Amino acid sequence: MEGKILVEGLNLHYRDFHALKDVNIVVPPQKITALIGPSGCGKTTFLRVLNRLNDLIEGVRIEGKVLLDGQDIYSQDCDVVTLRKRVGMVFQRPNPFPMSVYDNVAYGPRIHGVRSKRKLDEIVEASLRGAALWEEVRDRLFRSALGLSGGQQQRLCIARLLAVEPEVVLMDEPTSALDPISTLKIEELLRDLKQKYTIIIVTHNMQQAARVSDVTAFFLNGELVEYGATDAIFTKPRDKRTEDYITGRFG
Amino acid sequence: MSTRLAFDRELHILQQDILRMGSLVEQAVYKAVESLLKRDPVLAKEVMTGDDAIDALRWEIENRCVRLIATQQPIARDLRTIVTGLKIILNLERMGDHAVDIARAAMCVCRHLPPEPMETIPRMARLAQQMLKDGLDAYVYDDVNKARAMCLTDDEVDELFNKTFSALIEYMEKHPDTIGCVVYLVLIARYLERIADRATNVGEDIIYLVTGEWQELN
Repeated sequence: MEGKILVEGLNLHYRDFHALKDVNIVVPPQKITALIGPSGCGKTTFLRVLNRLNDLIEGVRIEGKVLLDGQDIYSQDCDVVTLRKRVGMVFQRPNPFPMSVYDNVAYGPRIHGVRSKRKLDEIVEASLRGAALWEEVRDRLFRSALGLSGGQQQRLCIARLLAVEPEVVLMDEPTSALDPISTLKIEELLRDLKQKYTIIIVTHNMQQAARVSDVTAFFLNGELVEYGATDAIFTKPRDKRTEDYITGRFG
Repeated sequence: MSTRLAFDRELHILQQDILRMGSLVEQAVYKAVESLLKRDPVLAKEVMTGDDAIDALRWEIENRCVRLIATQQPIARDLRTIVTGLKIILNLERMGDHAVDIARAAMCVCRHLPPEPMETIPRMARLAQQMLKDGLDAYVYDDVNKARAMCLTDDEVDELFNKTFSALIEYMEKHPDTIGCVVYLVLIARYLERIADRATNVGEDIIYLVTGEWQELN
């Protein structure tokens, strides 16, 4: 499998706790990869490895290689700000900034030096369209983003991400706080987004992983137990532990 | 310990119902062939009326499967159990129909039967019944080897059918006045051959259930 991201021999310790154990994985480009596993299995930690969010946590020690397009993101000369622009993240709860819809989306491009009003207008519209939100907010671009519904806020966060033109989108349970309709809208959106982006999504919802992803990785106690095509994992998993987990016979 | 006790219970009931249906079909095939050999119209009638119970059970099981898919979102082995269940009951139901066909035809067969086919038809019947039984055993014990072995028996049944068929044609050519009733024996042989094919389908279903792979057996 050709990889956008290649992880080799990854080990991560939080002080004494061995949170990720010798993880090897090749994340394919322009596909949706789902990370599943019980709470505390390391899937979110793994996600955060990919844009170095764990760097902010004290006592974290990381060994192994994480290559993005062949470049080691943990090497000395890797610029973390550029990395996080290339590898963006959407969190569990929508976290729009307390400012207008427009300013939320324009925030990233402005930081990265875009000044032209016309250019910003273009980026904001394209990003909101990309996040399937434009039609719903075009008349209220300059009102506070906090007035949007939860599902709209989450799509706004996705638009905010798209505005800085990432290559990889990391999503940590992006629909767990949303109602079923908003959830389906986001899932539909993911399918569009994968034409351009490499998407990695952590989810506790088995049906969601089965519905949206192309490949699935099952983590347990910091180990990558099984990794493969989603349809194979959900019809005939190879490992008994995967079978027990996805069919709810766990614990 | 399983965290899905209610669902596991439902799957267990599903398995029991399929076995129950299987044993009804086994009985129906047995009685249908007996009604031919013993020229017993009462037995034949029993097979015909008994088919309603098989059909009713089929719908009951099918509804259970659909409900489990809708409410439990089964995946992996659970999904294969339910999908396989749906396919097995369809095959069983068809075997039950063929038992009725045999019973009906048995009532039309004349008193004086040609000798050779009257040996091969009971042998076909025994093999077909054995296959049905093996299929149900394989289902209970996840026995892929037993399921695979069923295709060998199916070859035997096919061979017997060809033999019976030629013998009956030959007999009818020699005794054209018997065609009107001997032709029913041709049909009966054909129904038994179909029952064996359906049993082989069940074998294929079981291989899928256990391994997740489709494998054609005949």
